[in-house]
Amino acid sequence: MRAARVGVITFPGTNCDRDVLHAINHAAGPEAALEAVPVWYEERDLSGIDAVVIPGGFSYGDYLRSGAIAALAPVMQAVRARAAEGMPVLGICNGFQILLEAGLLPGAMRRNRSLRFICRPVTVRVERVDTPFTLLYRRGEVLVLPIAHYEGNYFAWPEELEAIERRGQVALRYCGPGGEDAREQPRFNPNGAAGAIAGLTNPEGNVLGLMPHPERASEALLGSQDGVRIWLSLGRWLAERRGREPVAAARGDGRGG
Amino acid sequence: MTAVAAERVQAAPGRAERAADWPGDPTASDIVAGARWRSLGLTDLEFERIREGLGRVPTWTELGMFSVAWSEHCAYKHSREALRRLPTGGPRVVMGPGESAGVLAIGGGWAVAVRLESHNHPSYVEPYQGAATGVGGIVRDVLAAGARPVALLDSLRFGPPDGARSRYLFREVVAGIAGYGNAIGVPTVGGEVAFDPCYETNPLVNVMCVGWVRADRVARARADGPGNRVYLVGALTGRDGIHGAGLLASRTFRDGEGGEQRPRVQVGDPFTEKLLIEACLEALDTGAVVGIQDLGAAGITAAASELAARAGTGIDLDLDRVPCREPGMTPFERMLSESQERMMLVVQAGREAEVERVFRRWRLAAAPIGAVTDTGRLRVYAGGLLVADVPARLLADGAPRHPAPPPRRPSLPASPSGSLRGSAPAGEAVRGEGAEDLRRALGARLVGHLGSVHGGSRAWVYRQYDHMVGVRTVLPPGHDAAVLRLLPQEAVPGAPPGPPAEPAERPPMVAVTVNGAEWLARAGAGAWAVGAEAVLEGARKVAATGAVPVGITNGLNLGNPERPEVMQELADVVAGMGDACTGLGIPVTGGNVSLYNETVPEELAGAGAGGAGTRAVLPTAIVGMVGLLEGERPVPSVFQRAGDVVLVLGYPSFWQGEGPWPVDLEQERRAIAFVAEAGRRGLLASCHTAGRWGLGAALCEAALGAPEQAAGFDVTLPALTASAEALLFGAGGPVWVASVSPASLAALEALAAERGGIPVRAVGRVEPGRLRLAVEGLGVVLDEPSERLRSAWEDALEEAARP
Repeated sequence: MRAARVGVITFPGTNCDRDVLHAINHAAGPEAALEAVPVWYEERDLSGIDAVVIPGGFSYGDYLRSGAIAALAPVMQAVRARAAEGMPVLGICNGFQILLEAGLLPGAMRRNRSLRFICRPVTVRVERVDTPFTLLYRRGEVLVLPIAHYEGNYFAWPEELEAIERRGQVALRYCGPGGEDAREQPRFNPNGAAGAIAGLTNPEGNVLGLMPHPERASEALLGSQDGVRIWLSLGRWLAERRGREPVAAARGDGRGG
Repeated sequence: MTAVAAERVQAAPGRAERAADWPGDPTASDIVAGARWRSLGLTDLEFERIREGLGRVPTWTELGMFSVAWSEHCAYKHSREALRRLPTGGPRVVMGPGESAGVLAIGGGWAVAVRLESHNHPSYVEPYQGAATGVGGIVRDVLAAGARPVALLDSLRFGPPDGARSRYLFREVVAGIAGYGNAIGVPTVGGEVAFDPCYETNPLVNVMCVGWVRADRVARARADGPGNRVYLVGALTGRDGIHGAGLLASRTFRDGEGGEQRPRVQVGDPFTEKLLIEACLEALDTGAVVGIQDLGAAGITAAASELAARAGTGIDLDLDRVPCREPGMTPFERMLSESQERMMLVVQAGREAEVERVFRRWRLAAAPIGAVTDTGRLRVYAGGLLVADVPARLLADGAPRHPAPPPRRPSLPASPSGSLRGSAPAGEAVRGEGAEDLRRALGARLVGHLGSVHGGSRAWVYRQYDHMVGVRTVLPPGHDAAVLRLLPQEAVPGAPPGPPAEPAERPPMVAVTVNGAEWLARAGAGAWAVGAEAVLEGARKVAATGAVPVGITNGLNLGNPERPEVMQELADVVAGMGDACTGLGIPVTGGNVSLYNETVPEELAGAGAGGAGTRAVLPTAIVGMVGLLEGERPVPSVFQRAGDVVLVLGYPSFWQGEGPWPVDLEQERRAIAFVAEAGRRGLLASCHTAGRWGLGAALCEAALGAPEQAAGFDVTLPALTASAEALLFGAGGPVWVASVSPASLAALEALAAERGGIPVRAVGRVEPGRLRLAVEGLGVVLDEPSERLRSAWEDALEEAARP
């Protein structure tokens, strides 16, 4: 069986596309059984692609609003259609913002509480381990992952937030080094995010938005390997599904709606 | 491609055409009668030189072109003679000074491109955009060498932060660097910031960029091959930044003049820059681009004349084809515009479509605006008129140069006053109440330093920069130097995305740092020492990570060169830099000079520049040092493990501003080589230079920046010099605070003995929780919980930037 194929989308202004390609193809290694390939933002056909990563950066310069213009790019129609069929979609940093703007995840991003760009490692707690991206983590596990953003202060109205918690859509939550809940101890919340949300899924669990950058924490040489299981989880999940279902059926017609 | 202007203009050589006035521009008689060159910043002598070179009075367009090309900023009129004295050769030099960036071979078929440039005057006038466009400009310099920009570093100088204006400049410059650098996806991996009253009205913003390029694919800034096409690519040309090089960067400001100058500062568009990086690299990959240069100061004028002058060719331009942001721009404005995010490409005739396709894909303009000729002249057409016709070399290299005075060197080598070897001078034991007072005073001074803007953590600055994008940053900011790796796929040239392929020969990692040492001029040690120490400290820093220094780039920042004292400083600082490089056996690969960093206070405005009371910067030489790291991992600057042995390595000078600055270049070279080797062999757990603020501060920094389990020490410094104050705070010399696992100590000592007896002195242990520092014969001067000291240390710079 060939390695599952992960499409890594490049919009004009995307900065972390090469980093994600590197993390999947080199850092995660053959164990992940994944092959990451670049996908240009004008692509409308995602057939042959088993999962999508929308990397970080400054798509369209963050002009208008972070992610607002990218959410309207041709490739996002295809992503939306395939996500509805259950294809795993991971948005990192600007990719998370794009997923919010595209309506694939609820809520919005505001500027960080400090009104400054923040680049540093933070600690996050794994809250959900039944998604394609987190199944190799333990619930409650504390990870060290870097953040690098100006607008990561997640916002949702209280009713929405309550629904998010009720449905268990929080995948990662900012916490202290010992797992202390940042909702109770705001000093562990780096940007002021509502619910101390660092990672959010859709109710189905196949679409995940992350503010931290797992691709920057996939090698010991860079200081943390806590992110590498994101790729290994995805590889495992895709391998299991592909083992169970006929490939063509799992992929739909591959055309955007 | 469509018919190019060049086809029309190529008919020109036959016609004995004479450059014509653009309708509405001043005529030759207007220019002569009104001495109009003066309003453009040209001197009477320079105007005569232009008239002589052309054999006629220049047109207004030509006069504008000369005024920017012959500005101090572009022509290095006052500095070129001194800079010729620098050592620029070496086996690793792929491309030396004179083009876009310096390029050094690093092995495995790869090279690094480095360049450092200032954006001082714009940053004073409009700090956010001034700093942002400084980043953009230096990135394009590295791009013009055909290299992918992979790292930025910045060296900043401001007035003391007790002034609201200085706090504003500091805050906004950092925000501008962050805003631009983060958005283009090039990590800002290091830098430095210092505060001194001389920078209050003359802040300095020097930015360095590092790029990767295959050694056999270094791009040239030359317009070779008559018939080849000249393209202007990237952003549209607007009326912004006209005359930045001449009237902004190359003269002294009056106090309060900043506001009037604001329209001369360009506005950056990092999104376009990001697209330009990708598109230019892709265009270079086609092999159809024979020459490339960035458009910075002096816009199209400088790019076209320099491309042609280097190749000994000419260029014909049709300004009607320049994509403009607004209608009605005159030839003068198009030739002088400093609109950002533009490059000039020389494309092989017949292969235009390949290049145009790339820029279409990235949605960027790529306009064929001219052609290479064999005339040696830069001829500019607009609206069917020949509006400029000048020898390219006259424009690029014809500016009159000022001779440089001989440098004043101190007598070398002066021997350092202290040594850790053998019987060091024992300190007088101080007892009783005097001792208690002294202990307290020393401890308080150390704690005060750590919580000051001089000694506080730089994290407030570098946490605003994305220093990780690119996943190459192996050693992030907060250490003596940043260390970058080439990604495996980069190490396999041309490898498609997909499963990994191992490179045949993995290139080493690259250590980079920037620093200046103008504090020595403030302390009275003179400009030669400033230049030498900037190089030496850079070398000590990259060596601390385990890297071998291999070359520098530099940026000189001085006052008004029309004053003889400044010309002397320039000669001295260059000599110091050159001597130190020669002593270490490394080349200078290029650099930048920024003069006129001085202001005339309001009350003296009538007296003109250069009079008594003018505020000039200290001679500030910023050195960007490059080192190569062959080891598995770089050595961090902070303690790593409890129980490790704390060491003082090398030859501290304990200089406190009295007597001459002690330098022994041979001792520096040996000590630096030893530390780099010890790091490469994995013998050191941490290593941090102590040359600037002394042993006390270096010890505390190694603990306060350390991970929790190693954040502290118990150290007793032996009385190596007569005064405890000098022992803790004395500066200078190749000296490091290091830590080593007890198991590696013997091997380290053996290596030190083999390498000529480099002093290695064990002074204590890494012990988390407290910083406990004692001086032999005096007692404990500092004993504080790490947590308490750390908060003051971490908050120092945030305070300095508060509105």
